[in-house]
Amino acid sequence: MEFDGLEMIAVLVVLALFVKVLEQFGLFEPVVIEGDSIEDEFEPSTVCHRPEGLEQLQGQTKFTKKELQVLYRGFKTECPSGVVNEETFKQIYSQFFPQGDSSMYAHFLFNAFDTDHNGSVSFENFVTGLSVILRGTIDDKLSWAFNLYDLNKDGCITREEMLDIMKSIYDMMGKYTYPTVREESPQEHVETFFQKMDKNRDGVVTIEEFIETCQKDENIMKSMQLFENVI
Amino acid sequence: MAAGVAAWLPFARAAAIGWMPVANCPMPLAPGDKNKKQDELIILNVSGRRFQTWKNTLERFPDTLLGSTEKEFFFHEESKEYFFDRDPDIFRNVLNFYRTGKLHYPRHECISAYDEELAFFGIIPEIIGDCCYEEYKDRKRENAERLMDDSDSENKAEGNLPSRTCRQTMWRAFENPHTSTLALVFYYVTGFFIAVSVITNVVETVPCGIGPGDVKDLPCGERYVVAFFCLDTACVMIFTVEYLLRLFAAPSRYRFMRSVMSIIDVVAIMPYYIGLVMTNNEDVSGAFVTLRVFRVFRIFKFSRHSQGLRILGYTLKSCASELGFLLFSLTMAIIIFATVMFYAEKGSTHSKFTSIPASFWYTIVTMTTLGYGDMVPKTIAGKIFGSICSLSGVLVIALPVPVIVSNFSRIYHQNQRADKRRAQKKARLARIKIAKTGNANAYLQIKRNGLMNEALELTRTPQQQSLNKPGSAVARQHHHLLHCLERTTNHELLDEPVYEQNCLEGSMQNCPSTHSPSLSSESGTTSTCCSRRSNKKSTHLPNSSVSAAHLRSMQELSTIHIQSGEQASFNTSRSSLNDKSEEGLRINCKSSQIATAIISIPTPPGTTPEGEHQPAIPNQSSTSMEAASCNIVKVSAL
Repeated sequence: MEFDGLEMIAVLVVLALFVKVLEQFGLFEPVVIEGDSIEDEFEPSTVCHRPEGLEQLQGQTKFTKKELQVLYRGFKTECPSGVVNEETFKQIYSQFFPQGDSSMYAHFLFNAFDTDHNGSVSFENFVTGLSVILRGTIDDKLSWAFNLYDLNKDGCITREEMLDIMKSIYDMMGKYTYPTVREESPQEHVETFFQKMDKNRDGVVTIEEFIETCQKDENIMKSMQLFENVI
Repeated sequence: MAAGVAAWLPFARAAAIGWMPVANCPMPLAPGDKNKKQDELIILNVSGRRFQTWKNTLERFPDTLLGSTEKEFFFHEESKEYFFDRDPDIFRNVLNFYRTGKLHYPRHECISAYDEELAFFGIIPEIIGDCCYEEYKDRKRENAERLMDDSDSENKAEGNLPSRTCRQTMWRAFENPHTSTLALVFYYVTGFFIAVSVITNVVETVPCGIGPGDVKDLPCGERYVVAFFCLDTACVMIFTVEYLLRLFAAPSRYRFMRSVMSIIDVVAIMPYYIGLVMTNNEDVSGAFVTLRVFRVFRIFKFSRHSQGLRILGYTLKSCASELGFLLFSLTMAIIIFATVMFYAEKGSTHSKFTSIPASFWYTIVTMTTLGYGDMVPKTIAGKIFGSICSLSGVLVIALPVPVIVSNFSRIYHQNQRADKRRAQKKARLARIKIAKTGNANAYLQIKRNGLMNEALELTRTPQQQSLNKPGSAVARQHHHLLHCLERTTNHELLDEPVYEQNCLEGSMQNCPSTHSPSLSSESGTTSTCCSRRSNKKSTHLPNSSVSAAHLRSMQELSTIHIQSGEQASFNTSRSSLNDKSEEGLRINCKSSQIATAIISIPTPPGTTPEGEHQPAIPNQSSTSMEAASCNIVKVSAL
């Protein structure tokens, strides 16, 4: 039979519709390429993590029982599953700084709290970190701060790492500041920092240099005491 | 800051340790920790159900009742808890708001009850979370519509309104034909003439048979020219008069002229006048014929008479987007299929599909499943595509139609509901009144038994003094209160039916006006008020029952309307009917009707003096009944 162009198209359209109808009735399974199967539709149930007992935590940290209770209640309200992932962490932190962008700093904080680097901060991590910051010795606090700055945890702070940290802090300020934050402000601030801290001028700040310099700086010492009574 | 996040504030502050080493300047001092007492549990007792929460939880929202010191007003010393006499079920949601920071609206709760609770606890409803906000808004809108309906019908129910200008009465008559008989007559007359006009237009074109001296069959319009012309003239005159009257009566003429109905009116009568003006010459007769078509718009004037038509029009207007979508998708499909059919049929001989626009007709007829058959495809491709076209046509048309139908149904039912509510309201009010009058008798019964008589020695005709006290302490105190009121105003409380009776029997004297009570005009009555009461006399107080009925209709279940209006009251006891009719007017018509959930008593503050020794002061000129409703004070129920 001679089909001209339009008739061909018509026939093809009819065939396509026919195939579709058969598919609907399940009589004609189209070939499925290896890939996502139906099982993927079920998400893994949310991880639920329970912290160690209250006494254990009390022993590990310097908080009293009541303080731990208050902390846990707040923690659990915001994160019912018992662990904080980075997204939630950032979200919570951003609530305190609505005017700027605190995501970078929150990211660094998250890495600092997440001591076992498993991508989530459990209550133990949380409380351990807080214990150091709030109730630890000066040296402990300073090491914790150093750990925060040392992004790749190699024992020394480079200029780039410090610049990242500084930028993230300035980002938290937001747009509306007086005087306005200039492009160079973080860089300049990093320079000042390195000048102060980097004693042997090797371009990096090691932990000894850091602690030593900080212990000599009165302002820093005073400010470290600021957070004694946060809880 | 969200509620739960406040708990993380210590963490945020601790995290600031990261800024310390890089800071160049000294940090500000930390805020002093004033007396850090441990977080304590608060007990909130709501109607017996105890809720407990931490104090900090409540303090998250300091601008609400629970978060501020306002809750101290509700502190109950003996049990050391905060007691609220509110609905515990709704309170659950309020407390959850503090806990989670999100306010939810439970679907099964009444919207007004919920709003009241929110208002009490100082929470603005805008905080309701997204999950429940839409539902809340929908319910609120429905409620508002209902309230508007109610207030509208209440306004309509008030028959006695201050005298209006002629213009206002006319407008009301036009909008609401049921207000007066004249309006009703007008309504029916216009309806009749609209029908006549439409039928005339129709019959005009019917062939009337061969008349004398005529060759062919003429339509009736051409046979009986004069008759039809007269009919037309009559109708148009009526319509013109109606239009001018409406224009005169409209409160805002400009707005009226822009309204749809008035445009329809104008379009309906314009052709006639234009026809009068134009002569019957050939050039314009074509236009003249077109104008006659517009006469059919008179049928739209019926929409004033039919609510269903209005609803239909309103539905179509509100479904404009769905209709638009329907039209758009149909147009798209028509163009596609017309093109395809044209090219498919191009090859066949004597094809009717001469151009794409010509194919439009085929596509439309096929898609709407009409299938006239004046154009049919002959090629195979054409037939295949034609069948696909008809199948898809069914689908495309079927899709938006249910949306339009459901819209119409919703609006129609809303209207039905509004009407039903109005009808039910009358019945409801009547039943409530019956229930209340039963209770009203409690106080009056006691009075009749003379229990409130304190100066027994003054009684001329000793009433039976039954010593059975009325029920409860509350009732006693309430009665005492009413008694005091009576003493204050020197008038007595009476039963409604008795009062009405007296009104009807009374002379046609007008009620005393709404003067404030002037006790000075009485001789010292306080000492005799008991005696007065003891000598109950019937009073014949003229007052039209309209006023009483009007005031009765204002009763509502849980509010007290204190109206100063012309509501006379009279003694319940008709034991001494030998009273002069004038004396009955000692209780003047300026009365207030206090309706509570328990008792409904018309209490008359009187202007006329009570006293058996004084003749009543009947003939004070009364203000019109319309003054009755001028002072309406709503007081919360006792």
